[in-house]
Amino acid sequence: MKETSTTGPRSDATAAGARVELDRLVRTFGSVRALDGFTLTIEPGEFVALLGPSGCGKTTALRVLAGFEQPDEGRVVVDGQDLADVSAQKRDMGMVFQSYSLFPNMNVTNNVTFGLRMRHQKKGPSRAKAGELLELVGLSDQASKYPHQLSGGQQQRVALARALAIEPRVLLLDEPLSALDAKVRGELRDQIRSLQQRLAITTVFVTHDQEEALSMADRVCVMSKGNIEQTATPAVLYARPTTAFVAQFVGISSRVPVETSGNEVTIFGQTCPIRTGEADPGAGPRDALLRPEDFGIEVDPDGKGFVTHKSFLGATTRLVVQVGEISVRVDVRSDQGADIELGTHVRPRVIARDVLVAPRMAIAAAVVDG
Amino acid sequence: MLLAGAYFLLPLYAGLKFALQNDAGHFSFFAVKAIPSAQGFSAAFTLSMKLALVTVVLAMLLMVPTTIYVHLRLPRVRRIVEFITILPIVIPPIILIEGVLGSYPGWIKSSPYLLSFLYVVLAMPFVYRSLDAGLGAIDLKTLVEASRSLGGSWAQTLRRVILPNLRPALLSAMVLTLALVLGEYTMASLDLWETVPVWIVNFQQSDGHITVAASMIGLIGTWVLLTLIVSLDRSQSRRSRRKAGTT
Repeated sequence: MKETSTTGPRSDATAAGARVELDRLVRTFGSVRALDGFTLTIEPGEFVALLGPSGCGKTTALRVLAGFEQPDEGRVVVDGQDLADVSAQKRDMGMVFQSYSLFPNMNVTNNVTFGLRMRHQKKGPSRAKAGELLELVGLSDQASKYPHQLSGGQQQRVALARALAIEPRVLLLDEPLSALDAKVRGELRDQIRSLQQRLAITTVFVTHDQEEALSMADRVCVMSKGNIEQTATPAVLYARPTTAFVAQFVGISSRVPVETSGNEVTIFGQTCPIRTGEADPGAGPRDALLRPEDFGIEVDPDGKGFVTHKSFLGATTRLVVQVGEISVRVDVRSDQGADIELGTHVRPRVIARDVLVAPRMAIAAAVVDG
Repeated sequence: MLLAGAYFLLPLYAGLKFALQNDAGHFSFFAVKAIPSAQGFSAAFTLSMKLALVTVVLAMLLMVPTTIYVHLRLPRVRRIVEFITILPIVIPPIILIEGVLGSYPGWIKSSPYLLSFLYVVLAMPFVYRSLDAGLGAIDLKTLVEASRSLGGSWAQTLRRVILPNLRPALLSAMVLTLALVLGEYTMASLDLWETVPVWIVNFQQSDGHITVAASMIGLIGTWVLLTLIVSLDRSQSRRSRRKAGTT
């Protein structure tokens, strides 16, 4: 584990949500350690995204929190209560699943009231609450429909209303948007975030989509091999990744082979400071990891680089610049990019205040960035 | 295809024609009308229905939790369980009944309900396949976890979530079990109990028209039930297709 911040940005803002502590969780499946000493604290009302590639352990962490998996080691503590002996049924955690999980034999209202009925609440108040929640998710007019009569986005909205109906201590979202098309995904993403902020409910959101994680969460916890690489706010995670894994998994980074000398590296003839706060990178061959916006370019007929690809992204244009064997991605303002043709000779320069360095990769891998 | 059709339909036609004829060879419903009052039919029918009811209940109590458990907790052993359920088809009935008689307690051996235990074993292939297909058609794990996270106990989850969504499969399993019990001859005969099939064979010597009429009614009744299952399956498939179309 490289870094685990335990103070969320909204820790002082909410009282409704619960404080969640996942303490040195270990969970193995056969010879695979899905969680390997996973430790994370989530403040009340905070929205934390667990982000990582398939098999990194993010869903296992969520399922351990929900009570669907028992950890081999470690503790799950919610508001000071150790949940070791508390079954999923008694944990008061609302969950929205990746696959459509509405009960096919019940209409929308009965799906939403299910949790309340399990808590022996009377039919009248339960239905009234379901009505309120369906209005909140914009599905008041669908109350009598059955799941098979709803679109995927509508089903996930109902699932969200159903999870919120029980006023859970923690809301768990297991890739709830992954089965939806891009437009619906964007709409529901905004709706979930808005509801979460309005209700101030502690939320854990599992995703492999960095855009979702960065746009929705207060903090993003990047996971790899059952543990945390870095936990930070989206802005810090993107701008100040502390490990090569995070730099490459979140956003796009180009790897440029460099030689370190003290606290500096030389990139395309330009000396740059190494990012502070890192462990001593040591002298010798390393790779610098640079975002597209860390570079600027100057058109120069004598420049060593030339443009091999060009993609219009709206406000910016992304160029791929080949310098010798190294390929880097550079973002320029689109009005500047419009004048640059493929094959144009340019001189890339680093405009970032410092750079992240990582152990050298093989040259074949180094030229493939991000 | 015509040949196959003839192979299947000609005996049925012949049986039906014979059942609807009087001794003089004229069309008549006398055999059908005479079935309820035929000697021994009422007792045999009552016994068959009791056995069918007990068998269906026993089979469901045994196989529903087992199949759900295998799907939820032991998906890797599904093929092994499937293999085990096929065994009653390949093991001769005489071996099955000898095994049961040798292993069951004495009090049940003298009861006709011993047959229900045997029929549960015989029905296993059909019951397991029906339930397995039904469970495979729903996202069981997610539905169970959704129910549990919302506060549902195992019993509530079973009653309110799993069983309602398994209704066509349950119905299919029950009807197949019923058809098997109402048509089973060998074991009842070996165990010396007069169920409807045994009565048909015994009474044949007294009046062939009546026994053939009873066989035809049994056959048509089973056919109606199976048609009902197929139409329910189709309705479920349409629902699944509509669901797939909306996602």
